Amino acid sequence: MIPQAKQLKHSKVLIVGLGGLGSPVAMYLAASGVGHLVLVDGDCVDLSNLQRQIIHETVHIGQQKTVSAQRKLQQQVSDIHLSLISHALSKHMLKNMLCDIDVVVDCSDNFATRFALNAACVEQKTPLVSGAAVRWGGQVAVFLPEQKQSPCYRCLYPDIEEQLETCSHVGILAPIVGIIGSIQAVEVVKVLLNIGTSLCGKLLTFDAYTDTWRTLKLHKDPACPVCS
Amino acid sequence: MSIIVKFFASLREHVGKSELHIESTDALTCAKIWAQVCHEEPLPSHVLMAVNQEYADPNTRVHEGDEIAFFPPVTGG
Repeated sequence: MIPQAKQLKHSKVLIVGLGGLGSPVAMYLAASGVGHLVLVDGDCVDLSNLQRQIIHETVHIGQQKTVSAQRKLQQQVSDIHLSLISHALSKHMLKNMLCDIDVVVDCSDNFATRFALNAACVEQKTPLVSGAAVRWGGQVAVFLPEQKQSPCYRCLYPDIEEQLETCSHVGILAPIVGIIGSIQAVEVVKVLLNIGTSLCGKLLTFDAYTDTWRTLKLHKDPACPVCS
Repeated sequence: MSIIVKFFASLREHVGKSELHIESTDALTCAKIWAQVCHEEPLPSHVLMAVNQEYADPNTRVHEGDEIAFFPPVTGG
């Protein structure tokens, strides 16, 4: 086994959200050889999910998303180690859990979860790969709290109210979550192997409507209540 | 001074265009540009912005030749 494959095999990645983004993230990380995935989602599979959440199938409607995802991933990679958490994580649980997690992948769909994950990752100095998507576009950013100059998710987004523009309310073109989730998976592998140039300190945005990719430079906010 | 203003995603529909050029002799900030383009509508607190592809805030000053981009927050997954 080549050293990188061995390193991935011994890695443990926490994926929060098994929806549109979590589906490709989990499937590509499993296919890439990441040895242990911790899957977190409190929801059950609904018919309306299947348009974009490609890890789930019609026969899994009504099942926990974690269980549905487990079946698909085990079919894909028989010896993968999966841990399932089929409920929301409390702050305390999250903090304890991050002790032996190599990377957290934020595939959630609300700011409350995103801010909670960010705060826990900053506290535990755990790398966070964040993705989000709606309608025709999406974005990816990587936060590495070990690095002093790394901004955090809270430097990017102020403490704003939940947005009405969720995938289920305003829709999303299915391949968009595939594109954004695939980039998240790439960034996770890069962080795990400590290779290449990560998206740390940058926000990669994609607008499919105009075929526009942009990489915005982010700064650590000296007044950030979480990381400064 | 001449600057380029771009609107992405839902803001493109909100404003009705994806890009425009502004000529001005006044000192401008991101917030002032938004107000000028959006008929004095105050810049909503959730709108994000970048000047020359660098994350900025409403008070960031803009200069000749700058590109200012406005984009909405994204939280879906």
